[in-house]
Order: sequence, then C-alpha cells, then structure tokens
Amino acid sequence: MFVINCPYCGVREQSEFKAGGEAHIVRPKQPTELSDDQWAEYLFMRKNIKGVQFERWIHTHGCRKWFNMVRDTSNDEIKAVYKMGEKPPIE
Amino acid sequence: MIKNLRVKTSKFIDETYKISFKFNGKTYYGFKGDTLASALLVNDIHLVGRSFKYHRPRGIMTAGSEEPNAIVQLHNNSSRTEPNVRATEIEIYEGLEATSQNCWPSVNFDIGGINNFLSPILPAGFYYKTFMWPASFWEKYEYFIRKSAGLGKSPTEADPDIYEHKYIHCDVLIIGAGISGIMAAKTSAKNGFKTLLVDEKHYLGGSTIYQNSEHFKINNQVSNSWLEKEINEIKKIENLEIKTRTSIAAFHGYNFLLARENLTDHLPLDQRNNKTRHKLLKIRAKKVITATGSLERPLIFDNNDRPGILLCSAINKYANLFGVACGEKNILFTNNDTAYETAINLFQKGIRVEAIIDNREEIDSNLIRNTEKHNIKIYKGFTVVNTSGYKRINKVSIMQLSKDGQKVVGPKISIPCDCLGISGGWTPAVHLFTQSGGKLKFRDEDQVFIPDTYSSDQISIGSCNGDFTLDEILIDLPKTLKKFLNLKKTDYENLEIKSSFNKSKRNIWLLPSDKPIGKTKPFVDFQNDATAKDIKLALREGFRSIEHVKRYTTTGMGTDQGKLGNMHALGIISETSNSKMGELGTTTFRPPYTPLTFGTIVGRNVGEYFDVFRKTPIHEWHVQNKAKFENVGQWKRAWYYPKDNETMYDAVQRESKAARDSAGILDASTLGKIDIQGTDASEFLNRVYTNAWSKLAIGKCRYGLMLNDDGMVYDDGVTTRLDENHYIMTTTTGGAATVLGKLEDYLQTEWPELDVYLTSVTDHYATVSVCGPNSKKIVSKVIPSLDLSDENFPHMSFKNTKIDKIKCRVMRISFTGEHSYEINIQANYGESIWKKCMEAGKEFNITPYGTETMHLLRAEKGFIIVGQDTDATVTPIDLQMDWIVSKKKYDFIGKRSLYRSDTIREDRKQLVGLLTDNPDEVLEEGAQIVADVNKSPIEMLGHVTSSYFSPNLKKSIALGVVKGGKKMMGQRLIIPMENKKINVTVADPVFLDKENKRLNA
Repeated sequence: MFVINCPYCGVREQSEFKAGGEAHIVRPKQPTELSDDQWAEYLFMRKNIKGVQFERWIHTHGCRKWFNMVRDTSNDEIKAVYKMGEKPPIE
Repeated sequence: MIKNLRVKTSKFIDETYKISFKFNGKTYYGFKGDTLASALLVNDIHLVGRSFKYHRPRGIMTAGSEEPNAIVQLHNNSSRTEPNVRATEIEIYEGLEATSQNCWPSVNFDIGGINNFLSPILPAGFYYKTFMWPASFWEKYEYFIRKSAGLGKSPTEADPDIYEHKYIHCDVLIIGAGISGIMAAKTSAKNGFKTLLVDEKHYLGGSTIYQNSEHFKINNQVSNSWLEKEINEIKKIENLEIKTRTSIAAFHGYNFLLARENLTDHLPLDQRNNKTRHKLLKIRAKKVITATGSLERPLIFDNNDRPGILLCSAINKYANLFGVACGEKNILFTNNDTAYETAINLFQKGIRVEAIIDNREEIDSNLIRNTEKHNIKIYKGFTVVNTSGYKRINKVSIMQLSKDGQKVVGPKISIPCDCLGISGGWTPAVHLFTQSGGKLKFRDEDQVFIPDTYSSDQISIGSCNGDFTLDEILIDLPKTLKKFLNLKKTDYENLEIKSSFNKSKRNIWLLPSDKPIGKTKPFVDFQNDATAKDIKLALREGFRSIEHVKRYTTTGMGTDQGKLGNMHALGIISETSNSKMGELGTTTFRPPYTPLTFGTIVGRNVGEYFDVFRKTPIHEWHVQNKAKFENVGQWKRAWYYPKDNETMYDAVQRESKAARDSAGILDASTLGKIDIQGTDASEFLNRVYTNAWSKLAIGKCRYGLMLNDDGMVYDDGVTTRLDENHYIMTTTTGGAATVLGKLEDYLQTEWPELDVYLTSVTDHYATVSVCGPNSKKIVSKVIPSLDLSDENFPHMSFKNTKIDKIKCRVMRISFTGEHSYEINIQANYGESIWKKCMEAGKEFNITPYGTETMHLLRAEKGFIIVGQDTDATVTPIDLQMDWIVSKKKYDFIGKRSLYRSDTIREDRKQLVGLLTDNPDEVLEEGAQIVADVNKSPIEMLGHVTSSYFSPNLKKSIALGVVKGGKKMMGQRLIIPMENKKINVTVADPVFLDKENKRLNA
C-alpha cells in the first residue's frame, strides 16, 4: 500500500485514492476527422511499462481531484506527483 | 509403562501448574509453558499425523512456525474447530483437544497408508496425467479426488469468536525479538523513536534466551543471562511497545505490514468468551528492522521423514526451553557445527547421544573438541543412507562419503536409536524481506540467499541477514543501527564476545545413497510428500522454471509454504540442470507468512456489518408495511409489499395492476441526483449526453442517454433545467457514484476551461413517485396550490412549489408510462410526504409498489434498464433508440464510436420484444435464443434480458437481445430449455400504449 502525496491535500494512505490508467492521453479535438484506426489508437491502446510510468490518480476519499503520478512499476517508487495540466517534472 | 521424558526443570515451564489435554481422545498431562508438541514429546509421542499423499506416519520435526508435519485439528466437531494448527506453536491449555489429520480410521492404523506401497505408480503429476482421459469422466473422478484431497476439516458452524482490526503507526517497527531485535529495540526506543517490537512467540529472546553454554559469552556472561538483563531493561522503556504472540503476516511496499496478534488461543475455552481472539494489526512504520532469524535446514536422504527425526535445533530447544528429551538414544547427523552445540547441551542434561554423523571429513573447533571429551562417537565424512522403523525411527544406516561427496563407499554400518537430529545448516528467514519487494542475492560460500536491494526504508539484521554466529551478529549490529537510525553511539560498543561456533559447512543438497534414485524416498517437501525423485522427474519431463517445477511437484505448496525444503528443491534443480543457484532465482514467498483464519481477515465486518448499506428516508415505513427488500448497489430498496402471505408473483401482479388501474406510489429516493451549475452547464450536457440540451427550456425535463467513448450505453436518466445555468441530473441507482466520477474526470482533465460545478445531492432529497390515472387527483390534494392542468404543467416539465411551508420540486415524468409525478423534498420530510400521499390516495386505493413492479411496468412500455437490458456491448442503435442520438451535434462522448466498422455491423445483437406462443409461458431471464436447433453446434443468437407476466396485457412479455434482431420483426425463434423448447415471435419492444395516451390521461 502506497503512501501518496496528493498535490492538494498532502500525504495520505493509498486507500483514499483510485488509479485511473495512463496519463497524458488527450481526447482528440475532432474525433470525426479520425479514421477507425486512429480512433482505436486513442480509445484502446495503452502502455504497460515495466519501469517508469505516467499515471492518472484521483483522491476519491479526499479532495476528489485528479492528478498525475510518475511511478516506477518495478519497485512501486513514486517519483513525482503533479497537478492536471502541469508538465511532468521528469522525462 | 508411561515414560516421563521431562529432564530438568526449565524456568520456562511452570511445574506447579499442571494442565490436562486430549490427543486423539486420550488424556495426557503437561505443564504451563508447554506447547502441544513439547507436551506430546514428554509423553513419548512422536507420531502425530499422516502425510498428505502417501499417508506415511509423520512426527514432530521442528519447534516453531516452520513445522510441516505436526499439524492437528483442534476441537473437532465444534464451532471453534480449526484445522492445520501447528502443534509446535499452540500453547496447551486446560481442556485442549487435538486430533490427527489425514488418517482413517486412526493415526496408528491408516487405510490410506496403502498409497505408500503404491508410490511407484504415484509420481509427480500423477493426477494431471491420469485423470485427463476420457474428458467426460472428470465428473466421476472428481468425487473421489475431492474426498481424498485437503488436510483437516473446516468448521461447519458460525465462528463464535470476536476479531478486530487496528491501525498502528510507529517510527520503528522491529520484527523478531531475538538477540538482534532486542538490541535494536533498546537502541531505537532509547533514542526517542516510537518503537514497536513484535514476536510470534510468547516469550522474548529468540533462541539465545535458552543458549545456556560456556561456549557463548557476551562481556564474560553466558549469552542467555546477558540477554535476560537486556530484556528486563527494555520492558521499562516508555516509548517501546512490545507485542508477543504477534506474527507478521505480510510486509507490503511503503512499510505497510499486517500482523496477527493472538490474544486468546492459549486460554482455556471457558475464559475466551467476550474477548477478542485475534487482532489484525495494520502497521505503517517509518522504518522497519527485520530480525526474523533463520530456519535450520533438514538433510535430504532416503526415508528422512520418519517420526523421531527432528531438526537438531529443535531437539536443542525442547531440551533447553521445555526440559524435554526427544529420545533416549539420540543420533545427530550434521554438515555443520550446530549438532555439536546440541550434543553438549543434551549431555549436560543427561540425555544420551549415541553418535554424531558429520559429512565433513576434516573438522576442528572448540565445540567439536569439547564434544569428543564427552565420549560421543563422531563419524567424520559419513552420511546417513537409510533409516528404519515405521511409526518411530529405530535404526540409521550410515556409509562413508566419497571425496567428491557424490557417492558412498565402504561398508554399511547400522546404529540403533530412537531419535535422529538432522542439521543442514541455516537458511535466513528472508520471506518478509522479499514480500516487501526486496531482491535477494546468493552467497556461494555457504549457499544461502541473503537480502540485497530494497526500496522502502528498512534493514535486515542478525541471522536473517546471513550473520549466523554470535560474534558476526554483535560486531556489525552497532554500526548498522547507528547508520540506519542516524545515531552517534549505542550501548553496545566494544562488546566482548566468545563464540565457539565454526562456520565451516559441507553442503550437499541431495545426499548420495547406495541405492539408485528411483528406489529411494528422500523427502524435500515433507507436508506435500514431494521427493527428490519427483523434482528430477519434472526436470526430465522438460520443466525448467523453478515456478513450474514447484507447481508440477507441489513442492512448497503446503500450509508451511515449504519453509524447510524449498532451498533443497532449488539445489537439486540447479545440480541436475547444471545451472547456477543465484541465476535460478527463488519461488515467490507470498503472504501470509503463517496462515491466518478468515475471522482475522474480516474482523468485525461480518453479518450486517459486512458492508455499509444505505436506507432511504422512507425506509422505516417500508419496514412497518412488511416490504421485502432488494439490494441495489449499497441501497436497500423496497422490492414488493406482500399482503396476507402473498407470494412475490402475486404481490407484483396486484401492485402492477393497481398502478395502471388507479394509483401506485414508489420510493424513488435512491436514484442518483447530481446538481449541475455554471455558465457552461448546457454545453457540458451537450458533450456528455447523446442528445441536444442547449434548447431545453427552463422548467422542462429531458431523458438522456450517456455513453462511454467506446459508444456503449453507460447510464440514463432524466435531467431537468431548473434555471439558465442550473440543472439537476438523475442517474440510475447503482450508477450514481460512477457517473459523477466520470463527469468529474472529463471536467477536470479534458475540459478544465468549462465553467461547471457538480455536486452529489442524492441523499439530500427524498423522491416520492405517484403514478396512475388517479395520480393527478392525489397530488392535487397533497399540493392544492399547484396548478396541475396540462397547459400549466405538461408531461416532461417541472415546478418549484411548497407543501405547507416546505419547498419541493415536482417533476411530471414517467418511468411506467402512466401519468405520474415525482415529488422531491428535503430528505427529512420524505416520510411525512409519503404518508400524506398515502392518506390522500386512500380513496383511490393507492398501492405502494416496489422495484419489481417498477421493472414490470417499464417493461410493458419497452423502457430499458441500463445494466439489465444492456451490458457494456450495447450501443443506442442496438437498442433501437436512434431517435435519441443527435445527428447535428459535432461531438459528444461516444459519437465517433457509433460508426466504427464494428458498431455499424448489421448482425449486432439488438434489443427486441419477444412474445411466447403460449401467453402463459414466462421465459427465464438469461435464457439463450436460437433459430435452428437441428444445426450443430447450435448458433446462439442472443438471450432474454427481461421477462414478466403482464397483468395488464394478460400475457407473457419479454425483452431480449438478438443478432440482427431489428430486421427480424415477426420472425419465429426458439428458446431451448433443459426439457422443452419454447417458441417465440420477435415483436416490437413496446407492448403497451404505443401512442403514449396514458401519459396524458
């Protein structure tokens, strides 16, 4: 169980949070212009990295805010948390 | 004659406190301080159980939680019965009743013992290989396999005990109160850290506390008396909490640990009532110090599993801690110095050691020289090749080892005995360390895995870190602690240590025999009866990964998780396959370290506390009026209201008829309600619903369908425009939380520029829905001030009004197809408004109806229920609801997916109505729909999603999804059931009032 530093509330138990999949996937502005393949790429394709991964999390039982997390999936080390819309602090 | 093998008063045993207990129905005695194992050994009982597969007689092997064999059933046939209890851990109490497992009719005469003689035809993978063919026979095999599978019996009655969960936060957690743990605890607590020290045993001090020998000294005191003083000191430190009988079950990432604190298992049954039995401690520690010690390894040779064969360290512990001799003629077999420490201790207690068999040829240490002084015969460079004695060992056969240790040479010597101690060196107990995500490295010189890298703030100290001798442990410890806790000094600088233990070891994973491997039974996993032969067979059959070999041979898959034999399994695989130990890796050690009861895991969350449930403000009225309830999400919803012993069917028929003939009333408070405000509220609804919202007039309601971006129906409900920038959205009861979550997600992450605010108001309002031809009359009595004329208050509109002085929102919307009103009022007035409606409706026979009638009524109208008529594969087009999908809107969630190649297929499953030939035949929901029963395999076209007998239409009606159903109107299909075929005709899903006349009636 992680200890997560919510960018709005501070350090809390993982049980207050929910994971929301890969971060930085932007919904296409003009979906109608996309081919089936391009739309499917947005809709279905997600990375499953062993190593540093960018993820979305929500502080469900807290401020209910979504934010981003950089986590090493090989050892669960949380390298950074940052607000939605902010640039990732690490590459 | 009953022997008494108590050898010397031990201060850990209270000989003034006699305890009687029963084992296999016979009464025995022990003293307070005894475990069941030590109390049995005192009574000269070694045979405790039968092995899992071959039903071989098995005895006590260890003196701790790693015990594979001596597992018993406690209090058989009572509500407190518990299987697989380790006799080596359970402390005896007055009235304890234990029975042997896996034997019938008794442990002394077990019919299943025949498996031992059949063992040549019961190799690894026997079940996989034998019961494969013919496939249709599996059901017959299964009955017999199930009967013989499993150890012990689970209780059949409810657990009478109380269990609790507790959170603990500390600066430093120390796991294990051996010498390293005690020293770490004192250092940590004295330097101001809030410290928690836990140990699975009921005493502190680990194995050092009974190490009473001139050969092991600290600052010129015998090690156990030095440690005793330390223990007395730490008991006085204020910010140190000590928990005994507490075993760490799991060590998760970020220093989150689960522990089981055992509070009553050592008490007589009559003293346990109203006490908490176990506490599950959820510990979050800033720093963790693992000091879990090490486990002695067995040695692997032919027939190494007989009762009377124990680990050397166990014999030593039984003698020193419990004052019990495990045998009167002992032989010790070793590859390291441990056996000599045991031998000297036994000698001092007057217990006879016949011989020591040491597989090392050239050995020398103080311990060994001292042993020789006691005239104990030492066979150097020898190995045990076999043992005999069916229910108790009576003889060992030994032979000399060749120089390379691969063969045996010379003549066979037999030595009689009644107890054999074996010692294969020590394995660090790294289980918890690896659970935390730590990685191991292999140390070649003594063939052990030790902690290497880890990510949380933790260290391993003492023998679980691979420091096995007293001097190794004590010299490094102060340095390690200073670094870890960031201290300048400890109380343990410059300790003077005397340790006579020499570290030399001759590691041979599988000892050679004079017989070929196929003819011997060298057990590696004692609980699951896996032998070295099985492992070799698995390798011959092509298994390479250690994880595969484990599953194929079941090595390490018992309740002990192979704590004793896993290393040998690895060693044998590595030798046989010529691979390096470190490269093979280990199998995964999973939580819990020792088994937990289900009671501990669930704690107080049992019965009505299993999950929270939500009640509407009108709940009590439903209870008083004998409603049956249905769980919808976490809600308890009134399901139907049986009158005079009515069945559910009869009640629902009556309620449904009343609602259409006169008036019905439903508690709809559970529907999700989301308050939406902001200047972009209309734009937001445009994006999340399939239909258009900008033009909805203030005071009007509209039904909306919400999709996922994959185009599949996600939720539905009516949304009302309360004001220019203010809407109230209703969602399905079960979907409320996820809908709000999804909407928040889009607002926060995709469209942060929108000025929209969402608030859940589900619990703030009670919703009373009155429907039926007389609903207008009833509501006009309840709210006389409200003009209910169709001109002022048409269908799909809303009014702010007051009942007496209380503000309420009334919507004229309908889920039943009847003229109906929904009154939303502050929750605490819910019940009084409900009663007002009941009172006003009395003259119209207003009938309260539950969810079942609601479902029936809406099915008559062909209204869908998301989640019942849909799953995550149904688009609005599949539902024949094209009318609700805006063609004009540029985009909305899910739009693009509605013309993917897959969603435009014409043979998708589509929602249709189904009418049975026989109007009285009601279909089963979930039944398969086919067209041709003669084709093989029969093509499944779809299934029935909703089905009822309609009292208003006086016939059976059903909804279902059928491949290409839209174009099958009028076509005949078949619902094949177990013993009949039901003929149906595809129909329009709207069965009643297609013209919507009743809405305005």
